[in-house]
Amino acid sequence: MTVYDPSDSVVTATLDEQPATRRAGAFRRLLRTPLGLASLVALAVVVLLGLLEPILSTHDPLFASLEHINAPVGTPGWPLGGDQYGRDIWARVLTSINVSLVSALIGAGVGISVGTVFGLIAGYVGKRTDAVASWVFNLLMTFPALVLVMVLYPVVGSAYQGMMLIFGVFLAPGIFRLVRNLVEGVRNELYVDAAKVSGLSNLRILSRHVFYVVRGPVIISAAFLSSAAIGVQAGLAFLGFGSTQTPSFGSMTSDAFQSIYTQPVQLVWPALFLAVLNGGLILLGNAYRDVLAGPQSTRTKKRSLHEATVVGSATPRTAPSRSAGGLLSVRNLRVQYPAPEGGMKTVVDGLSLDVQPGEIVGLVGESGSGKTQTAFSVLGLLPKEAHITADVMTLAGDSLLGKKPAALRALRGGTISYVPQEPMANLDPSFTIGSQLMEGLVKGMSRKEAKEAILALLDRVGIPDPERTFRSYPHQISGGMAQRVLIAGAVVSRPKLLIADEPTTALDVTVQAEILDLLRELQRELGMGVLLVTHNFGVVADLCDRVVVMKQGELVEEGSVRDIFHRPSRPYTRELVGAILDEQTVRSDRPADNASRKDDLR
Amino acid sequence: MTSFILRRLGSGLVLIVLVTAITFFLTFGAGIPVAQNILGPTASADQIATLNAQLGIDRPILEQYASWVLGVFRGDLGTSYFTSEPVAQALASRLPVTLSIVLVACVITLAVSVLLGVASAARGGWLDSLLQGIATISYVFPAIVLGIVMVYVFAIVLEWVPAIGFVPLQESFGGWFASIVLPAVLLSIGGVASLAAQIRGSMIDELNRDYVRSLRSRGLSERSILLKHALRNAASPGLTTFSLLFITMFGASLFVEKIFALPGFGTYGFTSTIQGDLPAMLGVSLFSVAMVVVVNLAVDLANGWLNPKVRVS
Amino acid sequence: MTALLEVEDLRLTYPGRGFRRRSAEILKGISLSISPGETLGLVGESGSGKTTLGRAVLGLAAPTGGAIRFEGRDITHASPRDRRALARDIQVVFQDPYTSLNPALQIADILAEPLIAQGTNPIEARRTALTLLDRVGMPSNSAERYPREFSGGQRQRVAIARALALRPKLIVCDEPVSALDLTTQARVMDLFIELQRETGVAYLFITHDLSVVRHISHRVAVMYRGELVETGDTAVVTSTPSHSYTRDLLLAAPTPDPDRQRERREARRELRAAQAARTAP
Repeated sequence: MTVYDPSDSVVTATLDEQPATRRAGAFRRLLRTPLGLASLVALAVVVLLGLLEPILSTHDPLFASLEHINAPVGTPGWPLGGDQYGRDIWARVLTSINVSLVSALIGAGVGISVGTVFGLIAGYVGKRTDAVASWVFNLLMTFPALVLVMVLYPVVGSAYQGMMLIFGVFLAPGIFRLVRNLVEGVRNELYVDAAKVSGLSNLRILSRHVFYVVRGPVIISAAFLSSAAIGVQAGLAFLGFGSTQTPSFGSMTSDAFQSIYTQPVQLVWPALFLAVLNGGLILLGNAYRDVLAGPQSTRTKKRSLHEATVVGSATPRTAPSRSAGGLLSVRNLRVQYPAPEGGMKTVVDGLSLDVQPGEIVGLVGESGSGKTQTAFSVLGLLPKEAHITADVMTLAGDSLLGKKPAALRALRGGTISYVPQEPMANLDPSFTIGSQLMEGLVKGMSRKEAKEAILALLDRVGIPDPERTFRSYPHQISGGMAQRVLIAGAVVSRPKLLIADEPTTALDVTVQAEILDLLRELQRELGMGVLLVTHNFGVVADLCDRVVVMKQGELVEEGSVRDIFHRPSRPYTRELVGAILDEQTVRSDRPADNASRKDDLR
Repeated sequence: MTSFILRRLGSGLVLIVLVTAITFFLTFGAGIPVAQNILGPTASADQIATLNAQLGIDRPILEQYASWVLGVFRGDLGTSYFTSEPVAQALASRLPVTLSIVLVACVITLAVSVLLGVASAARGGWLDSLLQGIATISYVFPAIVLGIVMVYVFAIVLEWVPAIGFVPLQESFGGWFASIVLPAVLLSIGGVASLAAQIRGSMIDELNRDYVRSLRSRGLSERSILLKHALRNAASPGLTTFSLLFITMFGASLFVEKIFALPGFGTYGFTSTIQGDLPAMLGVSLFSVAMVVVVNLAVDLANGWLNPKVRVS
Repeated sequence: MTALLEVEDLRLTYPGRGFRRRSAEILKGISLSISPGETLGLVGESGSGKTTLGRAVLGLAAPTGGAIRFEGRDITHASPRDRRALARDIQVVFQDPYTSLNPALQIADILAEPLIAQGTNPIEARRTALTLLDRVGMPSNSAERYPREFSGGQRQRVAIARALALRPKLIVCDEPVSALDLTTQARVMDLFIELQRETGVAYLFITHDLSVVRHISHRVAVMYRGELVETGDTAVVTSTPSHSYTRDLLLAAPTPDPDRQRERREARRELRAAQAARTAP
């Protein structure tokens, strides 16, 4: 259950502030991108040339004039010169454009239709149809191209249209897989379930909900397939498959190759047009894909390799003399991210808090409060894009401001450690539990010592068979056990400060109780200070000594746990505490009273 | 794991049988006048009939197929209609050429892609631009054009390497390398473009995962996270892409062989197709499919081994 | 009063995949009933089968044994056409407000969809959509907007409006407030209760949160590993449970008061010690 996503700290504007923005259609947005516009224009020019071939062409492309063998560019009537047989290169180019376009239409057309139709069916109808269809298309995909050509040639002969038709079928598996996966994904969405419960027929669900998701990627694939078809046809013609009567860029390239020693310039023309066609189609596809993906496309994905460092504030609000003391001291923490529209978005604004040694501090707030961002700032685990400033951030007397990543790394897993929210997602699926836990430790102990320490700790956190779990992979243990493992990993180095981010939110309530007990015991044994991020006031009541309440990045109130529960002073805190469903109220009205009243909603 | 392997082998076998059968029956059905092609247009009906009987083409189709299949088990792939050279022998002499190119191309592709993909995921900046640049070159300029340009620049103008011809490895390493380096590089350009981008994407996905943050919280070094954990998890889709690349390269070697005039496997398949040289065609298709099956199986095994859920069960 | 919904000895088993996996018995014979205008709270942890039970009632999961009856009619294996007719009687509100609304459709279209599917003309449907938006406390200019422009709580209101569109007699609510903030949760719960009072709709309210179930349910059913361990009036089940699992559940849930929580912890410890003593050799 992903209730609180740490990276989603967007503060949703109220309805009054945001005007109803109508998102421009995808095509219009495509035209606004330089790449999209450029490739569309280039392609349009080429297509136009092909369409106007009857008018623009100066000679029949097969007409050979002995006087014009290897004629240079600019010869009157032969604008691009003549090839080694004396044929008009310009005329051949124009005809070749049409050959390529037809190839693209047939090849991509067949591929898309076959792939989409079967993909829709296989994805939506059922497991058995899916299994059969997938098997067939897998077979098609592994058919080696060379053999394909060998097999086709006797059947299809030299007509390139026939070749492209069959090649189209062999291009279909990629589309099939794409569409099928998309459809399968959508089929499992809750809004499709809701549509079924609303009584929509399968056909309506397909056309309304499924097709919309499929449309964009299929259009993108059409661009790529077209380019592939053009490339295949050119390649085959280059080799000599296909009729010598049909000029194409492939055969022109082959001709140019034969005169490469004497007339290298003749290669330019087919190369140029193939470049525009191929490049244009693929760049167009990429541009459209970027447009559909929106502001978070793969190219600009957050790169979390380098962590942000905390720097001292430019204008500190806290007088440096005010003694911080304690285990953790934070004064005037501000965390900002560059906003997609420009400017900075502030997710934590001026937060101050303290954690004393051996104290459990609860950091509470609703979504968008910035509590998780605060916790990660202390750990130094926010992505590089984050701008973090603070007047003071000291851990056990050591200032964290301006520390180099290497120094911060040395602290992590030693002085300060972390227990995450979703146990299974926080274990590397490819390594055994034991090897993952050992890795952080082996600096300072021998392998044997480290292993013994870990096994002892696994036992301490309540894992029934530590040896077995040590050797197991994450997928072999349950969520509750995984959380115990992560807790073990966090405390093995006897940290001074433990930061726990919603450690029980993803767990069942009975397991939660046990984990809370465990955390309490460990905290007492090791004398750790704990910063516990949570939205659950029951957990706060169970574990915390003091509470810090945040709202939209700011500190609202802080105090002892009893003060916050019984005597909240700020209105927001009162609202929050008031919203807790207490255990006294029980539904009192009777169903019979309701059933007899039926309101007319319309 | 063993049932996994057996199932894969089984479907691979089905594929081989299917493809060779399809090749056989389609070619036969096309009715290529083999004898006429060999003897020329002036051949008499008698001569054609005699040649047909000699080659065994006049037998019923199923009998021909059966005898070919039996031959395969004996290691005898028949004799070319045109050159009278045993197909198996022809393949044995052609394969080293193609395999040289393809294997070297694979090595280049793998090395460059992993380096570029990982580095670009980790650091971005100019590495991203480099990757984009390679990708753009590979799809704007089709391989045939690039190949010809390469021949022109490196062989004709600069004369660093020979334009045509193959030198076997046994003869001279330098000669062999010079004869295959250009074709191998040509093949690998397209491969690097797609594999590097794919690795980069997978690595970025992995680095954004929760477990990476947890590992960092335990103080692991960035190198360990990048090369030991993230790469390991990102490897699986990369392997699948790589296997597809290998198969594509093997097919694309046909073009490369034409440009660089190398007597390889692809050229053999091409010529035999045009001529209707059935035994040769069958030999080529058998080998191609068998190789696809083997490569797919190897990748499936590697993926299975990498995935603990499969490995442990 | 005749029961609106009756579930009798319902079983649901998923067949094993491949020759190695054993089949999974999700529901092992569940029997319960809901009266018109009543809220039955269905409580359980993960693996209890509560969501599957809800889906079976909605026709999204096929039972392998037992019966489900609505107003006396057997709907256990209703045909697709019958299911479409049932849409007028049984509706749903899901947990996740982010994926239960199609992001590509405007709010008005989302609300009009069930109406149009059941034969209402589009103009009439749109008018009803606006009324519904008002009913659940959403501003009327939301109609032309897209789900992504709204917060989780607001989207959930839209989902509730959609569920009400056909004026159903029963709404299956699958953890509808679990993904919401505390303050939003309280407001949405109030909306649920208000709507029930006005329209007389019944709820099958599935949740893992005991305090939520206390607030909204007339009666409570507790599930554990595919079985119903206890059913009864909310007040009774949540203060003096008869089954040990219910007791475990109640003691495990932390109460938002530090001192009472300490007492509860003690009680849980004693209970565990007693259980251990009983099972000791």
